[in-house]
Amino acid sequence: MLIGTIVYALINTAILSLMAIGFNLTFGISGIANFAYGAFYVLSAYGIWMMLNAINLPYPVAVAAAVAVNLVLGALIYRFVLLRVRGQALSEVIATFGIGLAILELFRYFGFVGFEYNLPVFMDKSFIIAGTYVDFQRIAIVVFSAVLILALWFFTHHTSIGLAFRGIAQDERTALTFGIDSDWVATLSISMGAGLAALAAVFIIPLGSISPGEGYDVLIKALAVCIIGGLGSTGGVIAASFIVGFAERFTDSYIGSHWTMIVSLAAILIVLTIKPSGLFGKQKELEERI
Amino acid sequence: MKKRKERIDRGIKVRSGDIFALCSWREMLYLAVPRLLPVVVCLALPLLLGVYWQKVLLSVAVFALLAISWDILAQTGMISLGQALFFGLGAYFAGVLNHYWGFPPFLTIPIATLLGGLTSTLLLLPVLRLRGIYFSMVTLIVPLMLVRVIEATKAFGGTEGLSGMTPFPSRWIELYLIMGVLLIVLFSFRRMMDSDYGLVLKGINDNDRSVINAGINIYWFKTQALFIGGCIGAFAGAFMTHVYMFVGMPVFALDYSILPIAAAVVGGPGTLAGATFGAFILVPMSEALRGFGGLRIVLYGLFLVVFIVALPEGIFHYIQRKYHQFERWVEVDK
Repeated sequence: MLIGTIVYALINTAILSLMAIGFNLTFGISGIANFAYGAFYVLSAYGIWMMLNAINLPYPVAVAAAVAVNLVLGALIYRFVLLRVRGQALSEVIATFGIGLAILELFRYFGFVGFEYNLPVFMDKSFIIAGTYVDFQRIAIVVFSAVLILALWFFTHHTSIGLAFRGIAQDERTALTFGIDSDWVATLSISMGAGLAALAAVFIIPLGSISPGEGYDVLIKALAVCIIGGLGSTGGVIAASFIVGFAERFTDSYIGSHWTMIVSLAAILIVLTIKPSGLFGKQKELEERI
Repeated sequence: MKKRKERIDRGIKVRSGDIFALCSWREMLYLAVPRLLPVVVCLALPLLLGVYWQKVLLSVAVFALLAISWDILAQTGMISLGQALFFGLGAYFAGVLNHYWGFPPFLTIPIATLLGGLTSTLLLLPVLRLRGIYFSMVTLIVPLMLVRVIEATKAFGGTEGLSGMTPFPSRWIELYLIMGVLLIVLFSFRRMMDSDYGLVLKGINDNDRSVINAGINIYWFKTQALFIGGCIGAFAGAFMTHVYMFVGMPVFALDYSILPIAAAVVGGPGTLAGATFGAFILVPMSEALRGFGGLRIVLYGLFLVVFIVALPEGIFHYIQRKYHQFERWVEVDK
């Protein structure tokens, strides 16, 4: 029981960090809290489902197309909406939230709800790890999120675009004097965040089914993890995923499944109240509280 | 006879500033019409509408109150994404008082208003020091959490909710109560925001550190603004409990958070009148679109985006500016 819970808590950790990494990337670089993140996640899932079932595309092509669509959509939203309200946090939140609401409710309106809306697992197989059955999909999630985090670390530390990303995140004006175009970087950051949402959907959706409500859940979970870890800090995302992931699994096993959401929400409240920049956040303290 | 154009408001402004030394009926009318119009509309509409649209008018007024409460908080620098918290607390207080102790509506509503305002202030007190988006995130999360707590503990009827509240004696009392409260809240808090007290609140929004520098305790002022906003929201909730004769988890729903923000953004934030105006546009529109079902919320979302990008000042500010720019023909002095 205990070991099984720990194994599943570790998997939950990987799922949470995979969900949060795209949101975190966008916020960390451009300071835009992309409240349409959950909608991008659901949008790509439905997109892949439609390509697989309506026009019978091969699976890899469908995935690549969905990621590409999200990349383009993210960039378009920045260019045509967010660019005009850049710097006004409230307007950014309302605009992205409005977009997310529109996308999610559109799917709900067309009645895309039910168990038939699902994505295929990669391999229908399961293993026994430490006496617990774990299916291949969950192992793939753990491996992929580890690889993704390493890849992102390499990208932001050893490529010129990645360094430009960090430059903008640290000090926008100084970065501008070095010839880094902040609008272009922000466009890329939103676009990549949306792309990562699509990848997260490809891996995580096969565990359950696609539904518009999933979009809100993903957004809240991504917010929770990012806030606890410190918005914009990758190390924070990993640490917070461990905290929330273990807390959720253990309350689920030992207290009751009703309480899992409360535990993570309470964790957010406590962290925000005591240390608003999160556990590892290095944002300027005066800007978030006074 | 030569004529030139003159702005109507110029002469009035030059002569009076804010003391109204008006020369003619027409000038008095020019100033009075924008103030009288909402009063007349609010008092006359219940008489003109059928039963169905009277119900719509009720929810217009409730959402207008929530939007006003949002606007007061926003003017103080607290962007709330969870008006449902105030609404839900007021609704549950009224429901519990009526259901378990059998208090009549005219007792439960005032008590629930004050208790709701107090509780929401206490709940948000620890995060008053947070600014901008961090405060918003907390307010988004708190109502969601309360829903889960009620679901998990099965308190106050749990997922079923409490039903069988005492209704109002007649629908006219219902209508004129909410219309009267809306008008009083609108005009008195507009006045408050123009007074010195309101100036401090607006100062906190503009630059909180310089308000601290002026030797003013901004947390105390923020607490007061929160209490005022909370009371207005809680009143709306307590009122709706007795109209629906039911209170349950839907009172913490996202609708009660989103629609007031949408109303304030569409109408124009920062004037309270704009927020009310927005509610008068959006709620009937959503009723008219009821046939579309879920598509309404899609339209809300798009509405929000369009307004935030294209007309960030809101409709009310636009109309106000145009009204101040009215011109008339006057004779040129020889």
